Amino acid sequence: MKQPFEQIVAAHGPAVLRVCRAMLGVQDAEDAWSETFVAALRAYPELAADANVEAWLVTIAHRKAIDVGRANTRRPMAVAEPPEPPPVAVDDDQVWAAVRDLPDRQREAVAYHWFAGLPYAEIAVITGGNADAVRRAAADGLKTLRRVYGATPTTKGARS
Amino acid sequence: MTELPAALLQTDENQLARLHTRLVADAAASGLLDIAYRTVDSPVGSLLVAASDRGLMKVAFEVQDHDAVLAALAEKVSPRILRAPGRLDPVARQLEEYFAGTRRSFDLELDWSLSSGFRRQVLDHLMRIGYGRTESYAEVAAGAGNPKAVRAVGTACATNPLVLVVPCHRVVRSDGSAGGYAGGVQAKATLLELEAAA
Repeated sequence: MKQPFEQIVAAHGPAVLRVCRAMLGVQDAEDAWSETFVAALRAYPELAADANVEAWLVTIAHRKAIDVGRANTRRPMAVAEPPEPPPVAVDDDQVWAAVRDLPDRQREAVAYHWFAGLPYAEIAVITGGNADAVRRAAADGLKTLRRVYGATPTTKGARS
Repeated sequence: MTELPAALLQTDENQLARLHTRLVADAAASGLLDIAYRTVDSPVGSLLVAASDRGLMKVAFEVQDHDAVLAALAEKVSPRILRAPGRLDPVARQLEEYFAGTRRSFDLELDWSLSSGFRRQVLDHLMRIGYGRTESYAEVAAGAGNPKAVRAVGTACATNPLVLVVPCHRVVRSDGSAGGYAGGVQAKATLLELEAAA
């Protein structure tokens, strides 16, 4: 039996937004989120009843993020900001900027595993590669985030 | 346990609310919003109202379990269901006027797809029982074209998908007592008193 789509949005909207923000930055995350959920709503009646909804949504968001990212590289950028040295006091935007600065594979692994809670094997299906490579990428990405900003106020992460 | 900076796990409720509003608009524009719903507060508890693009499809009392009602709509009609309060503003306004005693009949487009056959005939007949009046189950059976189907009239009332708007609360026992009601006996009494007083 399939639950009303509203419950899908309520349950997974926040995680998908974090994933979009990690992949695209705060400006384009809202467009990617919106496109993800419209596409999901369109396909929802055909989704298998026992499907992993979170993995399905992240798969759609992954494709949308690539689309939006490609569109942006063709768009002339405004003023590029010079890179700044890591500050002593770190605000939220800077933590997000550190996520954005990770190599693609690490950023995807961190976002899909730690933000969306997907197991490494599920992520490997979405991004290609294998579960061990995804596991290493997630660990390396997290190590970088910690080195730059430390593991300040903490929240328990997702299942492994 | 692995720890992430808290900034990465926070949720901005305002942003999500804004995105939800945008999703409803995008879904409607793309023809993907099969059922829109909201709740309306009333003297007989919270009411769930749900509509397709053809009209109001479902009105349900709190005691009928709103989550279960939405799950049933997802199963029977479509799972493309979103909370979209703005699209049901006219319904909410008319219900509020009804409970304030300033509205005696509803002027709404209705989607009848949840009822068919004799039950639908019964509901059609109920629409002709005026505000403040009542009929017995036997009278309704006769009015709907099958005088022997008194029990089926009871079933049609109990499964009325459009309570309040299709006034099954105006059907009472022939001895004058109120009889059962989808919203509970107390709700039926409240509605009959409301209409008698206005």
